[in-house]
Amino acid sequence: MGISSLFKKKMTEQPPSLGVNELFAEERPVYQEGYDAEHDVVVRLVSKKAKTKAYQTRGIEDIGAKNNWKGWLYLAPVIILIAVFLIYPLVNTMFIAFTSNYKYASGEFDGLTLTNFTYILGLTESSSGAKELDFVRYAIPNTFLVVIITVPVSTLLSLLIAVALNSIKWFQKVLQTIFFLPYVTNTIAVGMVFSVIFDKQGIINFLFGTDTTWIYGADRWTAMIPLMMYIVWGSIPFKILVLLSGLQGIDKQYYQAAQIDSAPKSKVLWRITVPLLSPQILYLLITSFIGAWKEYTAIVGLFNGPGTLGQYSTDKNMLTMVYYVYDNLQTNTSAAAAAAVFLFVIILLFTALQGAVAKKRVHY
Amino acid sequence: MSEVTSINKKTYIDFKDVEVNEDIVLSLDEAGKTVDAIKRAEKASHIIMTIFTYLFILALAVVVVFPFYWMIITSLKQNEEIRSANQTFFPTIVMWSNYVHVFQVFDFSTYMRNTIVVAIFSTIGTLLTTILAAFAFARLKFKGRDAVFAIFLMTMMIPGEMMVITNYITVASFGWVGEGQTLMDAYLAMIVPFWISVFYIYLLRQNFKQIPNELYLAAKVDGKSDWSFLWKVMVPLASPTLISITILKFMGTWNSYVWPNLVTSENEYRLISNGLRGSAFVDVDAGITFYGYQTAATVLVTVPLFLLFIFFRKYIMKGVGRAGIKG
Repeated sequence: MGISSLFKKKMTEQPPSLGVNELFAEERPVYQEGYDAEHDVVVRLVSKKAKTKAYQTRGIEDIGAKNNWKGWLYLAPVIILIAVFLIYPLVNTMFIAFTSNYKYASGEFDGLTLTNFTYILGLTESSSGAKELDFVRYAIPNTFLVVIITVPVSTLLSLLIAVALNSIKWFQKVLQTIFFLPYVTNTIAVGMVFSVIFDKQGIINFLFGTDTTWIYGADRWTAMIPLMMYIVWGSIPFKILVLLSGLQGIDKQYYQAAQIDSAPKSKVLWRITVPLLSPQILYLLITSFIGAWKEYTAIVGLFNGPGTLGQYSTDKNMLTMVYYVYDNLQTNTSAAAAAAVFLFVIILLFTALQGAVAKKRVHY
Repeated sequence: MSEVTSINKKTYIDFKDVEVNEDIVLSLDEAGKTVDAIKRAEKASHIIMTIFTYLFILALAVVVVFPFYWMIITSLKQNEEIRSANQTFFPTIVMWSNYVHVFQVFDFSTYMRNTIVVAIFSTIGTLLTTILAAFAFARLKFKGRDAVFAIFLMTMMIPGEMMVITNYITVASFGWVGEGQTLMDAYLAMIVPFWISVFYIYLLRQNFKQIPNELYLAAKVDGKSDWSFLWKVMVPLASPTLISITILKFMGTWNSYVWPNLVTSENEYRLISNGLRGSAFVDVDAGITFYGYQTAATVLVTVPLFLLFIFFRKYIMKGVGRAGIKG
């Protein structure tokens, strides 16, 4: 039992908040000692001005009540910015979604309507008689597909990699760093590299002896493959990092007990590791589902446009919901707002659903 | 135990009629083996397991690294070699001239300057607002504090895409976007809306809360104001978190594509990602993309991030582990 543990004991007997009053009850010397366990140092609080200045006991006791206005002063910049760039836009975008022909430059619109939602869902025609089918035909199915496939695949893959990384002895740090590399990249830049790799005359076709058109001029479902591979590639580093830190926090006793029972490895993984990692897995699922609903930059990087024919392509093969929002932001602001609200509602519902499932499944 | 037979002086028990609890599995594989043999078998299976683990990890590591390798290799190849039927894993002729060409065509320095200016000023603004707000939430007590904090946390649930539409209208109404946009306007439009991050406020508040109460009270006793306590004690103590925030913010600016693309009217106001995607390394008449030039440009965009990663690996991985969102 070292000296530090003595201090620890002393500290637990006297809660820190209590120290202050005692400080002023005593005459001299005016200091208080405590042990800071995190930094492994003894903290000694001394008042240097003790002899010259009377203690401002009032000021200290009043921290609870008197700096009311001061707190708001510190918060003022953030509150102003949040009001202007977060709260107001949220309300205003919902409002725009119910206006017809909103003009973003002037802010004019022709009254309130519900038809924006039916318009993007392809149920009604716009005032000019045009019918919007891209959202239903491409944006919704594409987004759903990306969400349903990339999130489970990348989570499972990350779990396996994290478990494997945690079990090895040599080169663990090096491999950990390698698996983190995709995080430290520019999404557009690597997307462009992927489009080279998956080029018709590229390395993938060469290695597998195929002659598939993956990117430029590819059909919708083929083009989904490189897109999803890229999304998975880009999303595993963060997941591995979170899962690894979770794994390192698991008590070794569970594994020792499993070893004594000579439980098979697969059983150890599904019955011990996964349940104990469930808080991390839930966190990853929620964040990555939200991220997958908003897929956009990867498509720009790979295809340079909403279709597979690049920037000026007329087809909208690869359109996602967020892509639709950006595509129509200036030309049809009302429809873009309606699509954004649609996405927002889906994400909220989905997150709520996940939370409900998690209550039954997650062990904290 | 119905019968006990004795053969060759050894005693065997007939297991047939023994009632064993269902949970217990009797392993007949290990019957007749010595302890050493079992240990050897366990060691062998452990080695096989280790080999498989390494094979799995290394194979995936190759997949993860491959795009980077291919990026560098392609950037040094001739266009004919890139498009040839026989793909090579190393350039037959190393074409440094690709980079020379990219520097001539792709206005790297302008995009770089824009990106760095936007990154620096949006980081400074974010740090200021974050530090002040985190201090208020962590140290000061006032009516409505917890309610405001709860509202702040709730805003994290809202997808950013909800805000883009109105924010675009807002910056346009400030005169930062639209006809006659100057470089200054473009900078403001790209910087000011990103001066807040609720998540970083949350992160820093947690960090500030760990700083012992006694330090605050001691400073009070010494007659120090809240203001000087914040800057002289709390900020230095929380510097690792602040460094993480700074680096993540920089990486976010380096990666930002959508917003700069929306709010800038001229190419030379844009950021590095926009420049990269908008750069034309295409022979329109022949319909050929010059992949050599294009990948050389992607290397130029990727390398600064890698350098940042090499020097600040600890802060980035720690920061991401806690933060987990880009930008």
